[in-house]
Amino acid sequence: MKPVLRSLLPFLVGIPLLAIAQALIPPEYFLWIVAIGVNIVLAVSLNVVNGFTGQFSLGHAGFMAVGAYSAAKVSLALAGVRVPGLPEVVTDELAFAVALASGMGAAALAGLLVGMPSLRLRGDYLAIVTLGFGEIIRSLIENTTVLGEALGLQGLPKRTNVVWLGVSALATIVMARRLAVSTQGRALFAIREDEIAAEAMGVDTTGYKVRAFTISAAYAGLAGGLVGHAIQLVTPAMFTFIRSFEVVVMVVLGGLGSVTGSIVSAIVLGVAIEKLRSLEQYRMVIYSLLLIVLMLLRPQGIFGTRELWDLRLFRRLPRPRALAATPGGASPTAVRDEGGRGGQA
Amino acid sequence: MAELLQHLVNGLSLGTIYALVALGYTMVYGVLKLINFAHGDVYMVGAFAGYYLGAVLGTDRRPNVGKAALVTMGAMAICGALGFVIERFAYRPLRHRARLTALITAIGVSFLLEFGFQLNPLVRTPIEFPPGPAPRFFPALVDLGPPLEPLGATVQRIDVVGFVVAIVLMLGLQWIVYRTRFGVAMRAVSFDSQIAGLMGIPVNRIISGTFMLGAALAAAAGIINASSRPRIEPLLGLMSGLKAFVAAVLGGIGSVPGAMVGGFLLGLVEEFVAGYTSSRYRDAIAFAVLILVLLVRPEGLFGKGRVEKV
Repeated sequence: MKPVLRSLLPFLVGIPLLAIAQALIPPEYFLWIVAIGVNIVLAVSLNVVNGFTGQFSLGHAGFMAVGAYSAAKVSLALAGVRVPGLPEVVTDELAFAVALASGMGAAALAGLLVGMPSLRLRGDYLAIVTLGFGEIIRSLIENTTVLGEALGLQGLPKRTNVVWLGVSALATIVMARRLAVSTQGRALFAIREDEIAAEAMGVDTTGYKVRAFTISAAYAGLAGGLVGHAIQLVTPAMFTFIRSFEVVVMVVLGGLGSVTGSIVSAIVLGVAIEKLRSLEQYRMVIYSLLLIVLMLLRPQGIFGTRELWDLRLFRRLPRPRALAATPGGASPTAVRDEGGRGGQA
Repeated sequence: MAELLQHLVNGLSLGTIYALVALGYTMVYGVLKLINFAHGDVYMVGAFAGYYLGAVLGTDRRPNVGKAALVTMGAMAICGALGFVIERFAYRPLRHRARLTALITAIGVSFLLEFGFQLNPLVRTPIEFPPGPAPRFFPALVDLGPPLEPLGATVQRIDVVGFVVAIVLMLGLQWIVYRTRFGVAMRAVSFDSQIAGLMGIPVNRIISGTFMLGAALAAAAGIINASSRPRIEPLLGLMSGLKAFVAAVLGGIGSVPGAMVGGFLLGLVEEFVAGYTSSRYRDAIAFAVLILVLLVRPEGLFGKGRVEKV
C-alpha cells in the first residue's frame, strides 16, 4: 500500500461508520462519547512526548486551554458568516474546521515557545516548566478581560458530534502510528533509549524533541476545541493541572510508548470516572497512589511499548503488514541499571 | 521612597520563603539529580503541622515565644520524618531504575499530599485530619505588638522575626554543609555517589539526611510564611513550590549559596515587577524569569555548566 493511502484508509473506512454511529447513538450518551474521544486525543498525543521521546510533559491541559480559547474566539468571530452559494450546513462545518485548525495552530505555537527553552536541557526541566506553563496560562486567562476572565467564553455553537470526535481520534492515532514507523519516529525512540548515544549518531536531539512536543501540543489544542464546542462553553476551571494529571495517568497506565495502551486506558478511565462519581473526592488520591504503585511494581505500565496486536492473544491472527512493523525497544520506565553514578548521571 | 522601601520589605519577606524552600530542591538535586516534585507539598505539610501543633498547645489563647519555638521545631521534626519516609519508600527503591520512574513517583507523591490533604476529615479528635479543601487560618504564634514604621513603610514585626530566623537557619545550613563530617559526605555524594560509596561513605544515610534537612527547612519556611500570611490550604505548595524551584534554577540548581541568592532575588523581582506594573499577573513573573534563565544561562548564576559524559 502506498503511504498516502495507508494514512487515508482509516478515514475512508471510519467516516461512514461514524456517520452511522452518529445516527444510532442516543443523545444521553453524548457526553460519554465526548469524554472518551477527547481522552483518546489527549492520551495518544501526550504519548508522543512522554512515551515515544521519553521526555515528561505535565502541562497538556495548558495547551488544551490555548486551543480551546483560540477555537472559541475564531468560532465566535465566524458565527453568522455566510459564504454565498454554499448551504448553511456546509459553512457551519467549514467554520468549525477553521476554528479547530486555528486552535491547533495556536497550541502548536505555544508548544514551540515552551518547548524551545526547556527541551535544550536534559533532565526533568520539561516536567516542571510545563506544569508551570499550565498553571500560568490559566491565571493569565483568569485575568484577561477579552477572554472572559474566570467566567470564560459562553454561547459557542454546538458543533462537536460523533463524527468530528471520531475523526479527531483517528487523526491522532494515525499521526502517532505513522510517526512511530517513520524516520522521525526512529529518531525519537533513539532519544528515548539513550540521548547521548543518539546525539553521537548525529541525531539533532533538540530539534526532534521540539518537533514532537509541538505536534503533541497541537493535538492537545484540538482536544480543547472539541470540548469547548461540545459543552458550548470554555472556562479556565476546565483546564487545571488535575486535567493534565489525568492524562499523564492514562498514558503511564497504558504503557509509555504504546498507542493502543493509551487508547485502552483512555476508554477504561473515562468510563470509570463516570461510573465512580460517588468516589469523586478520592479520585485524585487513587490516581496518585496508582502512579506510585505502578512505578514500584510495573513501571512499564500495562502494555509497555508493545501494541495490542503484539500480545500473545492476538499473535496468531493474520494482520496487515503495516501493523507488523511495531518498533520495539525498552519502555522509558523499564527496569535498567544506570550505574548509580549520581554525580554524573 | 516609602513605596520603594515597602516593596523592598515585601520582596525580602517573600524571598525568605523562596530561599528556604529552594534550598531543599537544590540539595536533593545535588545528591540525587532528581527534582523532588513533592518538595513544595512538604512545605505545605509544614504549615499544617504548625497549625495543628499550635492548636494542641493552645497558642491562639496565650501566644508566647517558648510555644512558638516549640511549634516551629515540632513542625520541622514532623517534616523531617516525612522527608525520610518519602525518600525511603518512594524514591530509594527506584534509585537504580530509569530516571523517568523516579520523576513519575515524585509527581505521584506530590499529588498524593495535595489531594490527600483535601479529603474530608477522617479523624475528628484530637485534630481534624485531613484538613479538607477549605482554607484555614494559622494562629499567631507570638504577640509582638504594632508594626514598625521606618520611613513611612509598614514592617510587621513577625516578618522581621521570620527574616532573622531564616538567616540563622541558612547560616546553620552553611555550617553543616561546609564544616561538618556530614556536610563533607554530602558534597562527596553530590560529586560522585558511586566513588563516595567506595570511600566508605554511607550513601543511603547521607541521602536520607539530605532529604530530612531539606524538608525541615521547608517546614520552617511554611511556618514563617503562615505567620505573616495566615491563610493556609492544601494547594499552597503548588505555586510556591514552583516559584522556589525557579529560585533554585536562577541561583544554579545544586548550589547552596545559589539557592539563597536566587530566592531573595526572585522575591524582590516578583514584588517590584508586580508592584510597579500590575499585580494581576504576579504568578506569571516567576515563570517569565524561569524561561529567561533557561534561554540565557541555564546553569544559573552560581552553577557550573557541566558537559554530559557517558
